[in-house]
Amino acid sequence: MQNAHGKAFVFGDDINTDVILPGAYLNVTDPKELASHCMESEDPDFVKNARPGDIMIAQKNFGCGSSREHAPLSIKYLGISCVIASTFARIFFRNALNIGLPILECEEAAKNIKAGDTVSVDFNTGVITNETTGQTFQAEPFPPFMQNLIACGGLVNYSKGKIGK
Amino acid sequence: MGMTVTQKILAAHAGLESVAAGQLIEAKLDIVMGNDITIALAVPEFRKSGAEKVFDKEKVVVVLDHFAPNKDIKAAMNCKVCRDFARENQLTHFFDVGRMGIEHALLPEQGIVAPGEVIIGGDSHTCTYGAIGAFSTGVGSTDLAMGMATGENWFKVPAAIKFVLTGKPGKWVCGKDVMLHIIGRIGVDGALYRSMEFCGDGVASLSMDDRFSITNMAIEAGAKNATFPVDDVCRAYLAEHCAKPWTSYEADEDADYEQVIEIDLSAIRPTVAFPHLPSNTRTIDEVGDVPLDQVFIGSCTNGRLEDMAMAARILKGRKVADTLRVLVIPATPTIYMQCMELGYLRTFMEAGCAVSTPTCGACLGGHMGILAAGEKCLSTTNRNFVGRMGHVESEVYLCSPAVAAASAVAGRIVSPESLEGVE
Repeated sequence: MQNAHGKAFVFGDDINTDVILPGAYLNVTDPKELASHCMESEDPDFVKNARPGDIMIAQKNFGCGSSREHAPLSIKYLGISCVIASTFARIFFRNALNIGLPILECEEAAKNIKAGDTVSVDFNTGVITNETTGQTFQAEPFPPFMQNLIACGGLVNYSKGKIGK
Repeated sequence: MGMTVTQKILAAHAGLESVAAGQLIEAKLDIVMGNDITIALAVPEFRKSGAEKVFDKEKVVVVLDHFAPNKDIKAAMNCKVCRDFARENQLTHFFDVGRMGIEHALLPEQGIVAPGEVIIGGDSHTCTYGAIGAFSTGVGSTDLAMGMATGENWFKVPAAIKFVLTGKPGKWVCGKDVMLHIIGRIGVDGALYRSMEFCGDGVASLSMDDRFSITNMAIEAGAKNATFPVDDVCRAYLAEHCAKPWTSYEADEDADYEQVIEIDLSAIRPTVAFPHLPSNTRTIDEVGDVPLDQVFIGSCTNGRLEDMAMAARILKGRKVADTLRVLVIPATPTIYMQCMELGYLRTFMEAGCAVSTPTCGACLGGHMGILAAGEKCLSTTNRNFVGRMGHVESEVYLCSPAVAAASAVAGRIVSPESLEGVE
């Protein structure tokens, strides 16, 4: 997996999928169009300000609420390279892995990284570096099964071998 | 170490003697369900995988309930993707407009889900079917696609919290109040990644509709799933609705629960969740003065017959306040017809409510009752996040059908107890 490097955008607790991608846009299936509404209710300028490679930082329970995969898709297709949160809601966590959006759980990083800091992530080691302050943080590594899922490029590729014609 | 109900169901479907919390397993699926929002996104992934047919046409369920009847051209195109997919795969359980109901009320009513099963659904409120003792959980569209293709999925075996219910709820307290009370107590991530397993003497006093409301909102506490025991009340429901063979599981005496929380049902008051989190609860006695612009009674949480009966009992012979509008949506065609036969539809319409064919639209700000900036809606739905039912500056308050109906009459949030002559 390619490492991430970009500017941090910082969000709070319980950022839910209605905020990430409002229900009014669930009739949209084009991921680029979904990306144009990403985080609209929380920060209407986010889409304008985020550059490909930038990193989202959030506190506890990121992605709670609906199972809409439109939410992680909007983040991925905006070009966000990684989401770091203290904790993720479980359906969002699965969806992100399944579509190949890199996410990491790391409470210390979530608490200490400030908006606008430059952050890099080494996905092999789980080390998150705040290049602005020099601080480093160790994220929880994924269990081997999930590493395999990610290495396959998500659930569709992982499942291909099992599909009977 | 013994197993929880959830762990036993997962072990049985993974072909394992036992499983423990944290273990990653692959399990067989009994039912895979999706709707017009999630199937539309799953079909391209299904095709990408090389799958040609669903794993079992009896076990894949498609319900067009979210933006159906089609709310606009994009929704119409998505519904068409789902229809074409359902017909191509000759699905036994495909529900289009006219036969469609809100999925989490429809599937148990139609006997499509049963105790002891493993069910995934492309909708977060799929956790509802735990009320009949199934393992049932919400997933996204890629999980849904691969579930439809392979009949299997991976799961992390959840740890569990045991909720021991005691006592009987008061007159105007229903399952919704119980769950809002619990979420207010433990928070929106209070059960993150965990099972919520309900047990205790108090369970017997909860109807199936109460239990469906409770398990429906397990996701609002971050839970993976929730379960109720298969008791006499549940068996009577199954006898009426479910012709499938089923297996019920009980937790082992020494099952490992991370926490045990006791809930005295008799102490719970009608409860309202204030904006913008389901955990931001107050009892009806603490709500203060909240004037309303809209009241919504319906959804997968509270669109069942008892919910309609409760609302009708309060609205009978009354008028809704002329400062607001009220929408009532019975959750399935069967419930709609029962409402018609029992005279509830007349009651609602004479009171000044609009009554609609089933749809999820209003609950998620899709269509049917979108809020403008500054408007306040009291709703029997499950989420009150920022912008959930419309404009980002609108507000959603969550409550039971009884509180919703009484408040519709009063024009502001009130307890049914405050209306004169309500019995």
